[in-house]
Amino acid sequence: MSSNKDLFQPRQFRTPLSRARGMGSAHHGVSHFITERVSGLAFAPLTVWGVYSALKLIGADQHTVATWIGQPVNAVLLGLLLISALVHLQGAVQVVIEDYIYRFTTKSALVIGNLFVCVLAGAVGIFSILKVALTVTGAH
Amino acid sequence: MVELALPKNSQVKSGKHWPAPAGAKKVKTFKIYRYDPEAGGNPRWDTYDVDMDAVGPMVLDALLYIKNTIDPTLAFRRSCREGVCGSCSMNIGGRNTLACTHGWAEVPGKVVQISPLPHLPVVKDLIPDLTLFYAQYASIEPWLHTDTPEPQTEWKQSPKDREKLDGLYECILCACCSTSCPSYWWNGDKYLGPAALLHAYRWLIDSRDEATGDRLDALEDPFKLYRCHTIMNCAQVCPKGLNPAKAIAEIKKMMVERVV
Ligand code: SF4
Ligand code: SF4
Ligand code: FES
Repeated sequence: MSSNKDLFQPRQFRTPLSRARGMGSAHHGVSHFITERVSGLAFAPLTVWGVYSALKLIGADQHTVATWIGQPVNAVLLGLLLISALVHLQGAVQVVIEDYIYRFTTKSALVIGNLFVCVLAGAVGIFSILKVALTVTGAH
Repeated sequence: MVELALPKNSQVKSGKHWPAPAGAKKVKTFKIYRYDPEAGGNPRWDTYDVDMDAVGPMVLDALLYIKNTIDPTLAFRRSCREGVCGSCSMNIGGRNTLACTHGWAEVPGKVVQISPLPHLPVVKDLIPDLTLFYAQYASIEPWLHTDTPEPQTEWKQSPKDREKLDGLYECILCACCSTSCPSYWWNGDKYLGPAALLHAYRWLIDSRDEATGDRLDALEDPFKLYRCHTIMNCAQVCPKGLNPAKAIAEIKKMMVERVV
């Protein structure tokens, strides 16, 4: 398996071209690239909306906030904000892991762990938004 | 894990000092990285106090002066001494550049510190091992690919299409860019690096080439291409004023164009 260590072993019998070609192209990468850009694009305006809304809700009591979340537009936008943020985060953290971790097993474990944490956070978040939103509207 | 500190046997110790000859008026100190893997031991910084009145304007002039008159054991590469061969690339005053086109007076600070291009195995002193760098260049197949039978005369190209190669064909493969790129430091065995990718783009946009798709296929890889995070060190150091980061961004754009 090629690893960063190869770089520091100038005397070896593999030809340089074989080392440069490695295992060839993985034929993927562009979808990750597009996902990062598009999720970032979606995330930016949603964040502006999110910050603006949070500022408006400062000092409001629990019921007011719950009612606000219960409004369909707010609940949907909150969900989208969460999803776009997590999709973007998952991709970005994966790039950092790939940049700095070289051992195949450690790297794979971290990439999978990162995916699990982000998906879990998304599931919990969406469930929470729905719970609050549906409970409040149901009560009225 | 990424290595932030040098391993023990690579830590640079202080080395010999060569004082200036008596009567020298304009003295400048050159602090130069010395390492000989065959002799064993750690690398060291040797310092040379040089009488600048005896030396030409470029850093390479000073290195040649040191080698010819002070210490013949100093090893470095050079050939053209006018910025066209790409041999004399090294790290001068913390910046990758060509010794033959960089004036020693331009180096800030009192001491001119010179080390080999970063993050490569060292053959001796200022000579890094560029074997993999050249192989990465070879791996992008830097020649015209065609299936159409060769024309009687030449493959034609409009002046406008020829213009697209400007800012790319001038690369002298000095490796200043690739060895200044953090992504290349951390993943230099899998990431092709700015120099090889600049050349990949040079062939991708050559109107005469018939293998654009195959070339893109070979590059679409999380490591070969997508380790570039547009840090821009490459464009900052290129002694020929080229912009590999832009070429890489254009390749990424072509990848997107192909799927949308
Ligand atoms: S792009 Fe510039 S810095 Fe990089 S190898 Fe070519 S000439 Fe050297
Ligand atoms: S722009 Fe890309 S190739 Fe250039 S230094 Fe940054 S990461 Fe490296
Ligand atoms: S000696 Fe040729 S580029 Fe410096």
